[in-house]
Amino acid sequence: MATPPSALHEPWREPERQHDAMVFGLWVFLASEVLFFGGILLTYAVARHADPQGFAAGARASDLFFGTLNTAVLMTSSLTMAVGERALKEGLVRWARWALIATVLLGFAFLVFKGFEYRDDFEKHLVPGLDFRFTGRAEQLFWGFYWTATVIHAIHLSVGIGAVGRLLLLDWRGEMPSHWMGAEATALYWHLVDIIWILLYPLIYLTGRP
Amino acid sequence: MTGVDKRRVLRTVLLEPLIVWVGLCAVLALTYAYANWPGLPLKLSMSLLFAAIKGALVVVFFMELGKASGIIRIAAAAGVLWASFLFLLTFADLLTR
Repeated sequence: MATPPSALHEPWREPERQHDAMVFGLWVFLASEVLFFGGILLTYAVARHADPQGFAAGARASDLFFGTLNTAVLMTSSLTMAVGERALKEGLVRWARWALIATVLLGFAFLVFKGFEYRDDFEKHLVPGLDFRFTGRAEQLFWGFYWTATVIHAIHLSVGIGAVGRLLLLDWRGEMPSHWMGAEATALYWHLVDIIWILLYPLIYLTGRP
Repeated sequence: MTGVDKRRVLRTVLLEPLIVWVGLCAVLALTYAYANWPGLPLKLSMSLLFAAIKGALVVVFFMELGKASGIIRIAAAAGVLWASFLFLLTFADLLTR
């Protein structure tokens, strides 16, 4: 790998130590995120265990088209994020710039598609408590999970878009090459947000299919 | 940059992530097909298995955990380990009531 320019901060004396500390700290943060989403997924598991048929009936009303489309969009954004981060490490600033712009656009595309899906969900009365179309408890729990998990995921993705946007702002100021460690940290976070969606996809959209 | 360097950079920056992405798309297509093919057994279990494969591809190659040092791998495993205890203890209670 080419030696990227370093942005050494206190208290580090060598870029290698600073890099190790950044990656370690990021992974500890990501582990805490796994536990956070673990609690939400546990709620899903317990509710589904109580009434699998009712849960599947609720899940069948989810929109498989938007779910699959958004999975493909987010996986592609992980590709562009990986390309952007690696290009910056190699000093290919122009490649990094275009890859990061593509990542932000794909992130926005995900949110726009999710917005269309939410509009359809409202029209189909799939919001528990607001003229909800099902009467069963399991269906209510499934859609409670759907709204909680997808909104929290969308908030995480919005934070990720902000972090990538910050890198592009640094590029606009001509400072991006020295922030390759920040790009690596942003990429790790972005990929975790992708993995969470990869896990939500079968739980929300593929449960109860014939 | 020499010709050898250019090939290495092209492989690291573009080719490797592209191959992983093709793999992810292939598993996504398989996930979709399996879930919608009528009559196939263990649909949710298979969907979660496919999700685990996709997640592993992202963690090992995009997040480069395969190349990470031992301390980083321990930090990464800690979240999964404690989350698995969360599930284990909850279902140990739930299934024995």
